[in-house]
Amino acid sequence: MTTTAEAFTDAQAETLGILVNMIIPASEDLGLPGAGDERIMTDILATAARQREAVAAALAALDEISLAIGNLDFAKLGAPARDDAVAAFRRKHADGAGILATITTQCYYRDDRVMRSLNMAARPPFPLGFEVDQGDWSLLEPVRGSGPIYRETP
Amino acid sequence: MTVTVAGRGMTEQAIDVLIIGAGASGAAVAWSLAETKMKIVCLEQGGFMNPGEYPATGRDWEARASSDFSISPNTRQLAADYPIAEDGSAIKVANFNAVGGGTVLYAGHFPRFHPSDFRVKSLDGVADDWPLDYNDLAPHYAENDRMMGVAGLAGDPAYPSDNAERMPPLPLGKSGEVLARGFNKLGWHWWPSDTAIATQPHDGRDKCINLGACITGCAQGAKASTDITYWPHAQRAGVELRTHCRVREITVDESGLAAGAIYYDGDGVEREVEAHVVIMACNGVGTPRILLNSKSAAHPDGLANSSGLVGRNLMFHPYASIQGIFEEELDGHRGPHKIFRSQQFYETDPADKTRDFVRGYTFEIQRGQGPVSTALTGLARGKIPWGAGHHAAFRKLHNRIAGMVAICEDLPEEHNRVTLDPDLKDSDGIPAPRISYTLSENSRRMMDHAVAKASEALRTAGAINIMTQAPIPYGGWHLMGTARMGTDPARSVVNKWGRSHDVKNLFVVDGSIFVTSAGVNPTRTIQALALYIADQMKQRLANLFD
Repeated sequence: MTTTAEAFTDAQAETLGILVNMIIPASEDLGLPGAGDERIMTDILATAARQREAVAAALAALDEISLAIGNLDFAKLGAPARDDAVAAFRRKHADGAGILATITTQCYYRDDRVMRSLNMAARPPFPLGFEVDQGDWSLLEPVRGSGPIYRETP
Repeated sequence: MTVTVAGRGMTEQAIDVLIIGAGASGAAVAWSLAETKMKIVCLEQGGFMNPGEYPATGRDWEARASSDFSISPNTRQLAADYPIAEDGSAIKVANFNAVGGGTVLYAGHFPRFHPSDFRVKSLDGVADDWPLDYNDLAPHYAENDRMMGVAGLAGDPAYPSDNAERMPPLPLGKSGEVLARGFNKLGWHWWPSDTAIATQPHDGRDKCINLGACITGCAQGAKASTDITYWPHAQRAGVELRTHCRVREITVDESGLAAGAIYYDGDGVEREVEAHVVIMACNGVGTPRILLNSKSAAHPDGLANSSGLVGRNLMFHPYASIQGIFEEELDGHRGPHKIFRSQQFYETDPADKTRDFVRGYTFEIQRGQGPVSTALTGLARGKIPWGAGHHAAFRKLHNRIAGMVAICEDLPEEHNRVTLDPDLKDSDGIPAPRISYTLSENSRRMMDHAVAKASEALRTAGAINIMTQAPIPYGGWHLMGTARMGTDPARSVVNKWGRSHDVKNLFVVDGSIFVTSAGVNPTRTIQALALYIADQMKQRLANLFD
């Protein structure tokens, strides 16, 4: 059986969901969801589907390492063994780990709740744009008085 | 199969001027030549962009900078893109294939060359002098400034007075203030950057609203990409722009003169167009690619290549990135990327014993990053962990990064070159360019110096931590030198007004013709050169091929 956009099996989606929560966990102090939150996970799966082959290969590598460590798929490992598997995965498959971390980050930091927690408006830049202070242009006075620093040419 | 233009079953009457490429230089030369009322056609492999679909209009705006709006054609792999074999290059090519070309994605940092940049051999004993000088280009810089619209401030002591029309400069913001104080403490030069970004309404464009997404296309239309500056004027003046047309080769007649081009239209149908004059405007990689692929009995090594220099002397500008982490909150991604420049280390200074290199560099001072880029930077640099501690570490970086890049002058070396890959081809079967490029020892020393000096400036400004990268491997934004201009046909490809030494009705107007690279962004000079060449052509219409 497959899930999002027919891209991943339920087992792959479960593995990915556990992993992304280990990359960016929830924070009770900040009132933030983890990256495995249902809404964020929907975005992650849709985004990952555009790199399906690379993501599937990374998840397979993670399962392979998990089997070697605990004789179980990653999703079925206990917490300590999962930490060991993730550490080995990042060490042995840095490219795959990088792809998964990138997708996770891209989706997490555009979630409304996360953006608001950063005092950011939960919207794209356009059409409203942003205010930026002009700044103190008097800072330029010492430079104005420095005289030419370019070379004359023959 | 070759079919006639527009597939109408009849041969199109030969046009007067065929321009290949609708980017920075192609747009400028098209607009300038339009007043001649000649029949001018421009072939562009990409299409017109729709600013309403630029990343800044969506919540995924940061992610799209690494997918369909990546600066790397090998990452984007859009229909308009051609692949580039660049395993053998220390710096990877950045480009964009659409009407507007690289100006769609550039940051709009828009400095002029210095007068000394045209006299490198005379002043510093390296490379070659240009066959023209700053004063030759000055009126064309000014003309281009009017067309593109430049924000900035007159009076920069790093430049001669230029009387350019400028809109007010971009805001310093908190980031600019903090960094400017650091430069002032050191007594170093800095000045608000000239930028091709409208800070007030200009020629039908609205003013910048600080989207902070300049390098994925300006949805506001404030940034001067040539699809919204030159092209509307050129088209109204009668220039025909054919999009989704990818040129395979320049054809020649029995006398060896350029006769037109063979290209593929958007449906992949091969077509041929005849022209009395051909102008190459495809950038420092695309132009040598087509010239090298235009072999004939008269030109067995490729068109305009009797010197053997087509594709050689490729210059990129090695870039170093030096970013500071500050305790106080700064602008983050809000606002145009570039704030000000420093040319404290631009001109050669034999009295400065800290320099073990020739020539120099510019610091482009930058604001920060959006949250996704901040997180990815932190993860890549080991400053943000996976798991526990992620949120706390992220918050120490969010809106607290600002710094600069150093754009280092790249000197010409013949072994740095563009050739045709024997195997890799684009979707139309045209050989892909292969890049062979190594960093020179001079470039490495210059980058080391820049990293050290930038770190000093950032610490003086209050940075508590520094992150550096040199070179930026995917930073080959500037493509120059591969069809250099000069007076000696044995040592150059085109003459001082852009005409091929070998083929008297073939012109090159893009960064290929640069003799040296200077240590600044090239677009303003590329366009000034294109206007200069157009002016030279207009003055010589009666005897253009003599």
